[in-house]
Amino acid sequence: MLPDLYRVQRVRQETHDTFTLELEPMSGGQQVAAKGVSFAAGQFNMLYIFGVGEVPISISGNPTPRKVRVSPPRFVHTTRAVGTVTKAMGKLKRGDVLGVRGPFGSHWPMEEAVGKDIVMVAGGIGLAPLRPALYQFLSQRENYNRIILLYGTRSPADILYRRELEQWRARFDLEVQVTVDQAMGAWHGNVGVVTTLIPRVSFDPLRTIALICGPEIMMRFTILELQKRGVGKENIFISMERNMKCAIGFCGHCQFGPTFICKDGPVFRYDRIQEWFGKREI
Amino acid sequence: MQTLEPILVEHPFFKDLEPRYLQLIIGCASNVRFDSGQFIFREGEKANQFYLLRQGKVALEVFSPERGAITLQTLGEGEVLGWSWLFPPYRWHFDARVLEPLRAIAFDGECLRTKCEEDHDLGYELVKRVAHIVIQRLQATRLQLLDIYGLHS
Amino acid sequence: MQIIDRNSLDILFDTLKRRGFNLVGPTIRDGAIVYDRLTSTADLPIGWTDEQNGGTYRLKKRADVAVFGYTVGPHSWKKLLYPSVQRLWRAKRDGENFQFITEDEEVSKFAFIGVRSCELHAIAIQDKVFINGKYIDPVYKLRRENVFIVTVNCGKASGTCFCVSMNTGPRATFGFDLALTEILEDNHHRFTVEVGTERGAEILREVPHREADEEEKAKVEDIVAKTARQMGRTLDTTDIKDLLYRNYEHPRWDEVASRCLTCGNCTLVCPTCFCTTVEDVTDLTGEHAERWRKWDSCFTMDFSYIHGGSIRSSSKARYRQWMTHKLATWIDQFGTSGCVGCGRCITWCPVAIDITEEVRAIRGKE
Repeated sequence: MLPDLYRVQRVRQETHDTFTLELEPMSGGQQVAAKGVSFAAGQFNMLYIFGVGEVPISISGNPTPRKVRVSPPRFVHTTRAVGTVTKAMGKLKRGDVLGVRGPFGSHWPMEEAVGKDIVMVAGGIGLAPLRPALYQFLSQRENYNRIILLYGTRSPADILYRRELEQWRARFDLEVQVTVDQAMGAWHGNVGVVTTLIPRVSFDPLRTIALICGPEIMMRFTILELQKRGVGKENIFISMERNMKCAIGFCGHCQFGPTFICKDGPVFRYDRIQEWFGKREI
Repeated sequence: MQTLEPILVEHPFFKDLEPRYLQLIIGCASNVRFDSGQFIFREGEKANQFYLLRQGKVALEVFSPERGAITLQTLGEGEVLGWSWLFPPYRWHFDARVLEPLRAIAFDGECLRTKCEEDHDLGYELVKRVAHIVIQRLQATRLQLLDIYGLHS
Repeated sequence: MQIIDRNSLDILFDTLKRRGFNLVGPTIRDGAIVYDRLTSTADLPIGWTDEQNGGTYRLKKRADVAVFGYTVGPHSWKKLLYPSVQRLWRAKRDGENFQFITEDEEVSKFAFIGVRSCELHAIAIQDKVFINGKYIDPVYKLRRENVFIVTVNCGKASGTCFCVSMNTGPRATFGFDLALTEILEDNHHRFTVEVGTERGAEILREVPHREADEEEKAKVEDIVAKTARQMGRTLDTTDIKDLLYRNYEHPRWDEVASRCLTCGNCTLVCPTCFCTTVEDVTDLTGEHAERWRKWDSCFTMDFSYIHGGSIRSSSKARYRQWMTHKLATWIDQFGTSGCVGCGRCITWCPVAIDITEEVRAIRGKE
């Protein structure tokens, strides 16, 4: 499967090791913004850096266009520079060109969440794949009951989308709680792991859809905490990560028990993978 | 003192506590308020209070000469603060500094300990509830120690 | 059912060649029967057979001139349908942009000669992976579409065969253009031919043949029945998916891991293993880039690497992944077992780990 060419339209350094790229589709060397992009919240793209390699990166932009029947113009990707490819990606500038395959994979349960309370729990860079879902929930706010975003990260300096989080926190129709694992000095926010936020917020456990994304340990303890509150495992959705080469179920790398994270995931309903989730070295 | 009863009954810490126990301990309780920046207690001081937090936010801190104040945890509405009053040597191990104006019910530790010694059923009930909180905090602390968002390569 | 004489096998070969097929089939190289280009029936391992057991493979002379008197070797047809190394595309820098360059691939038409029933099942399984799902692999599809398949019903089983257990042989029931059964009797060496497709019938029309008589038809049944009785291994597949799902933490995984070298031989010889990796490369100028796809193995550490470490860092986890995938998760993924009972993984394992024995051990001590 051949990548399509996209041009970097904007680069934003989010934290010391994370950055956001906005990518516009090209055609014959020209940008074609009008063409737009289409994806569902929770999906990912394979981003190719010329000669360096290709990596799966979740899409973190807004899937719902401002105007009806207009596609969002760009792919937005927030990435943490951890490997060869993502570090090279971190050096891209406005105007640079990269390859994009996708979007791939399953999406967050937008339909199932209608009429329910929504609890989103994000850990670290795990906020990036959840952001499109939040955009969409907010753009159709009347379809949902309470919306809660619980976000935990390492330290105040590691907080992603800081300005946006502040705007969201100011809203009356959205509850946002941020916590960090370690803090000093000027931080007046919460300190403690993200799971400690769960007992502090109010939602109706029997009519709640929970969306979780973060490191696996964080997701395991979050599920435990949600279950303590009475949220059913069929109403808990998690986004998984594994080694991925092809993104279309051929390379075999992303197998997780009987599933392929690339085409059956990355978003899974918890009860459908619970037998494998938490087992060692699956 | 009768006015404190509905507050105590509603606080998660005393959820479903038998009324007779509530009557036993209500005499140890008082209403307190703290302003932002105020220290509720400091490391090393005698620990003789137990707080049911009703509103506001408080940070448990430890001070390092090189790094300054390090926050270990923040606590707020519906949570409790302090368990050093229950076990010798009854000394606070950390600082508690108010981040957002705090309203709480404070219990006199010695008063509570005496009641517990006199009525072990009450003592057992109270220790179970405190132990539950301690376990939750310990589990959260273990997670915090893992530095799960860090890079481990 | 038709009959062709031994000599007509040459005519069959010539006919296929005339129709533009490149013949590939069993031939002897480096002390093993491998699949390679054939120019005539003389390239076949005539009068040879193989002896196989756990970690053991030997060629031996037969007392006769049987053309297909052996079982499967280390190769399987996946090497032709899904090449072990494949360039997927090239890219060229063009100022600040770059461009992808694709070439329409010319793929020669292959006639696979001597495909065994287990191998037909293996091809059908790879079809499910590569062309019957949501995504289609163009490399596989292009090759697969052009293949003419001449099957041979097995006249003998090896010490590591267990197709009977897996319900995949020894008799071919589908997926072939022509299916042969070799009948070797004093002074009368001939093959029965079953026609599987119209294309197969067309080819057969150009080869001298006659209708098989009842006795000959019965002989085919006898031959495959005898082969079925010779199976060197058995595998009880009852409830196998749930058996393995129940036993992710069985102590047997530790035992097998203490022997497993994680060399990946089993995945390379397996006719259904399909995992690959990609390599992105550039030339020294940095102006040209290419992407290559290569066979990969779940036995490597890199296979499951995500930033920070490998998910399956122990050999126990890697063997468990391979075997559980083959026999259990494959069923959920593709609606079929990933094992066809060909026995290659047993024969070519340097320490003779035996998938049938591992299942037995887990079943026995649940």
